[in-house]
Amino acid sequence: MFYREAGQFKTSYAADQAVFPIAQDRIFIGIWLLIGFVAIPLLSNEYLFRAIFIPFLIMALAALGLNLLVGYCGQVSLGTGAFMAVGAYAAYNFWIRIPGLNPLIAFALAGGVATVVGILFGIPSLRIKGFYLAVATLAAQFFIDWVFSRIGWFTNYTPSGSIAVPPVSVFGFEFDTPLRKYFLCLTILVLFAVIAKNLVRGRIGRSWMATRDMDVAAEIIGIRPMYAKLSAFAVSSFFIGVAGALWGFIHLGSWEPLAFDVNRSFSILFMVIIGGLGSILGAFLGAAFITVLPLILNQMPQWLGIQLSTAMISHIEFMIFGALIVFFLAVEPQGLARLWRIAKEKLRLWPFPY
Amino acid sequence: MTAVRSLGEPILSMDSISLSFGGVKALTDISLHVRKHEILAIIGPNGAGKSSLLNVINGVYHPSSGSVTYKGATRSQMRPHEAASQGIARTFQNIALFKGMTVLDNIMTGRTLKMHAGFFWQCIYVGKARDEEIRHRRKVEEIIDFLQIESIRKTPVGRLPYGLQKRVELGRALAAEPELLLLDEPMAGMNIEEKEDMSRFILDINDEFGTTIVLIEHDMGVVMDLSDRVVVLDYGRKIGDGTPDEIRGNQEVIDAYLGVAH
Repeated sequence: MFYREAGQFKTSYAADQAVFPIAQDRIFIGIWLLIGFVAIPLLSNEYLFRAIFIPFLIMALAALGLNLLVGYCGQVSLGTGAFMAVGAYAAYNFWIRIPGLNPLIAFALAGGVATVVGILFGIPSLRIKGFYLAVATLAAQFFIDWVFSRIGWFTNYTPSGSIAVPPVSVFGFEFDTPLRKYFLCLTILVLFAVIAKNLVRGRIGRSWMATRDMDVAAEIIGIRPMYAKLSAFAVSSFFIGVAGALWGFIHLGSWEPLAFDVNRSFSILFMVIIGGLGSILGAFLGAAFITVLPLILNQMPQWLGIQLSTAMISHIEFMIFGALIVFFLAVEPQGLARLWRIAKEKLRLWPFPY
Repeated sequence: MTAVRSLGEPILSMDSISLSFGGVKALTDISLHVRKHEILAIIGPNGAGKSSLLNVINGVYHPSSGSVTYKGATRSQMRPHEAASQGIARTFQNIALFKGMTVLDNIMTGRTLKMHAGFFWQCIYVGKARDEEIRHRRKVEEIIDFLQIESIRKTPVGRLPYGLQKRVELGRALAAEPELLLLDEPMAGMNIEEKEDMSRFILDINDEFGTTIVLIEHDMGVVMDLSDRVVVLDYGRKIGDGTPDEIRGNQEVIDAYLGVAH
């Protein structure tokens, strides 16, 4: 009823191939953009920006990048944390070694370095698949962790091994308040989401999905597996590298290698799986689920007026969070995005049975 | 039908091809020609090496000896995507569609080799990339129209019934505008009506686009009606090669199919 595309006729292929061919979708995305750019900045306070929105935006960017690789191209990766680390440390090194470099350019260059590293660690995917590839990318995770904690050059020989950066300033404009940081992250995320959507609905995206679904048939059609897989690793690593640079420079401000350890890789992979493999929307839903839910659970006893010790709260938080993950995967293994798709199909007819 | 059409020069020649996997000989010393515009059927009992033969033609398997000459160029090894770029397309015995993608996307994938917009244009989806998508979409719609699958174009192929999936797979192969089309059991598991549709499509493809077709099929009625020439394999050897009428009378072929009293 509310989601019916009846009466919306397309008279050209261009209109039919638009990002959101259905009018309701266009309205929805417009509302979300309004919420993101207007409502949230007006309504929320500094704590919410710091604790929820900024980490959510950056994690959504990383999950988006990983989803291109795992969800669209079918190549499992457990090295996301490592590629984020590459992005963060590369941005840091560009920033300290080239004086006066625009931080945005440093972030882009950092994405470029992550791309090269991603391609390098993507080479095993040409020979191995599935679990074995996951283990190979896990090796990348441990190797890169080791590089950044042991080789002093990357941290500019800081004695503690941790890095601190001042607030990012672009053309004299300082991104020092949480609100400004939020706008920077949101703009970058929207830009990258558009790029991701464009890629997956074009030739490259189809060659990724073809490689994922049936690699032999893809090759017979003329898709070179090497090109498809490595381009997926490249684009995905670029996204993740930029996300890493943002995580370091915008969210943390100072960090040590532990910020990008294997737990980071796992949590981003969970976002992609819970959100929905092979769905742009899924990356957002998954990131929201993983970053926002623990905070809500944490605050819940206070809102309900229940007195609990902090240790108790954090234990319960873990338990409920784990149970929810299991519940969602059992109910809908294809993720939250799939639930939304089912809801849309139901809404086409609701309130009529058929 | 076969008498009036003139068949051209050989487009593909296989010269004493042998293929073995370890100790198993899949193909032994097979030579055959495929002439332009003809429909060649390959028949034989299970395990005779029919699919292996197709796999040799489009580069999935590399023959252990012998050579393949395609459009005048002789080669011993070729990668599948090279075969695709030279105009060889195929369908599979067990449907090999991209299950997570829609019918439209599956057939669009068949045009990958004809699309050239650079990475940057694809990122922003304007200019070249968009024009290209629309141009190829038009071509794909012609194929959808030809195969009469307009109503399912936005359906993910995983949800389609078997017969339609076979048809979509044919569409994907056609999207590449092949010169040589290899069909591996295009009618397996179909009912009479679906078989009739599929036969009509095969004849139309051959007729309208001038595509050379090599097909593997078990339904003898279909084989005898459709094909200009039939090649019979048994235990990896070629035991017959000729018009359907000649094959029908070939004693060796009859023995292979019906068995011989010892």
